[in-house]
Amino acid sequence: MKYQTQRIALAYIYVALALFAVQVTMGLVLGYIYVDPNFLSEILPFNIGRMLHTNALIVWLLTGFFGAAYFLIPEEAEHEIHSPLLAYVQLAILVAGTAGAVITYLFNLFEGNFLLGKQGREFLEQPTWVKVGIVVAALIFLYNVTMTILKGRKTVISTILLVGLWGLALLFLFAFYNPPNLALDKQYWWNVVHLWVEGVWELIMASILGFLMLKLTGVDREVVEKWLYVIVATALFSGILGTGHHYYWIGMPAYWQWVGSLFSSFEIVPFFGMMAFAFVMVWKGRRDHPNKAALLWSLGCAVLAFFGAGVWGFLHTLHGVNYYTHGTQITAAHGHLAFFGAYVCVNLALFTYAMPVLKGRDPYNQVLIMGSFWLMAGGMLFMTFVLTFAGTLQTHLQRVLGEGYMDVQDQLALFYWMRFGSGFAVVLGAFLFIGATLIPGRREVIEPGPVVRHAAE
Amino acid sequence: MRIDDLPGELLMWVLIGSEVAVFAAGITVMEAVRLTDPAGFATAQGMLDGRMATLNTALLVTSGLFAARAERDGGRAGLLLAALGGVAFLAVKIAEYTADAARGVTMEAHPFFTFYYLLTGFHAAHVIAGVVVLVLVAIRPRRDTAQAAAMFWHMVDLVWVLLLAPVYLLG
Repeated sequence: MKYQTQRIALAYIYVALALFAVQVTMGLVLGYIYVDPNFLSEILPFNIGRMLHTNALIVWLLTGFFGAAYFLIPEEAEHEIHSPLLAYVQLAILVAGTAGAVITYLFNLFEGNFLLGKQGREFLEQPTWVKVGIVVAALIFLYNVTMTILKGRKTVISTILLVGLWGLALLFLFAFYNPPNLALDKQYWWNVVHLWVEGVWELIMASILGFLMLKLTGVDREVVEKWLYVIVATALFSGILGTGHHYYWIGMPAYWQWVGSLFSSFEIVPFFGMMAFAFVMVWKGRRDHPNKAALLWSLGCAVLAFFGAGVWGFLHTLHGVNYYTHGTQITAAHGHLAFFGAYVCVNLALFTYAMPVLKGRDPYNQVLIMGSFWLMAGGMLFMTFVLTFAGTLQTHLQRVLGEGYMDVQDQLALFYWMRFGSGFAVVLGAFLFIGATLIPGRREVIEPGPVVRHAAE
Repeated sequence: MRIDDLPGELLMWVLIGSEVAVFAAGITVMEAVRLTDPAGFATAQGMLDGRMATLNTALLVTSGLFAARAERDGGRAGLLLAALGGVAFLAVKIAEYTADAARGVTMEAHPFFTFYYLLTGFHAAHVIAGVVVLVLVAIRPRRDTAQAAAMFWHMVDLVWVLLLAPVYLLG
């Protein structure tokens, strides 16, 4: 660890991993409710379980991004973080806000109160005081990292990260408007979440991947920067108007069907770019970095993001297709692989790289961490395939033949059992990762095996 | 040919490539939808005013000439004349849209009109952006910034020529 303030990242990583555990555990419970619908129905209704599953995901990914920034910005800026105290205050606000939102939601406290109570929305459902807290925390964060970068070296990686994080905070402001009608409610929700995951989060992801490639492969910074520019430009070009693919059926004008279809078709480009980038860097790189597990997670991230976000997204983004598949298990298949491939993997890749550095030791438990990758990635891919088949069947039975929703659900039971099984593998992998990351074992650097040189080289 | 051999900014080429790809996709989709209703599309297309489009083509191509001159000498006059061409184009476009609306040519009236407004409207948005860029660059003209502005302006020009045939003529 070159800079003492990089230690701040440790606290963020611990919180992120704790929420990751909550998220996947809730996922497993929900997966079981799909096959045994009355399971925990009195104590933990499905909507609350789902709220915890999706919100814990978003919050831990955000916490991970903040941690990544506190780890990477001192190295990029060659300067200590402006104020470590503020960084810990920021984390405390985020943790208190998260707990406050969950408790308010679970017990429906202060019903009808503008500041303290729920807002009656399906998403963006934090009490107003939590939303204010999130903005305050974001402002503290932006002030802290912007000051650090201003005082230090300015690099393309840290600039793109900063633009992404500023965008993330500004777009959250859409959450403050609670529209009176449902169509607008959905529109504002997508204005936050789509422009996050298919806009500014891609910038954050690209800069973290760029940083990892720089460290792990030793390629020239100029090469990384050129790739990042292209990835970022294509991400914003396609992603912003690509929001239209969420406006198809929520009551917005019909022209959004063409705007959304056209632009979101191109959203595959930046994800293809990131995949090509990662592999070309490894191919060109000369450095044999000892942290092989971080490299596996980085490459896995680029590949799974391309398939989950890019290919599975394109699968149902054209409005002629989406007319039939909207809200079926096809959406669930895409959502799971996209979030896992792009944002879970990029966080875990950074944690895998950062933890040994933060603890001041050689990479440890690499075999376990690589094993956790294959368990999680294998489970998630199996889940994606199963849900895709389930969604195809569901689309045909329900949307083409017109059978009732619950009748169709009954016929999908076999798929839901298989999804539960694959989810179990993912959860196992997640706990393996958390354990192997938090409890360092003996030193474990993987020596390269004997290499046969071929004549073609 | 290596990627570094491209003149000007790499990002500009990424932008130009992306724009051309999106417009090409939009035109392709419009032509595909036309196949489902050739007669309806022909009737709808007949309601457009081709004279306005002809005038606009002349305006935009001429302004492209000024941009090309500015790119060669980095001069302020060329940039401003190109921007003026863009403003004239927009004035004609507004007159055209107003007359269209009066004739019942609205976005929802026919699928052809949806594409008509989306494609030409999206192009017009680029003309606005191009005018802003040309004027900004003209404040303190430099060789490289004039080149970037001219590249963007030629892309706007190119896209218009690509749109002209399928929107106003073919069918």
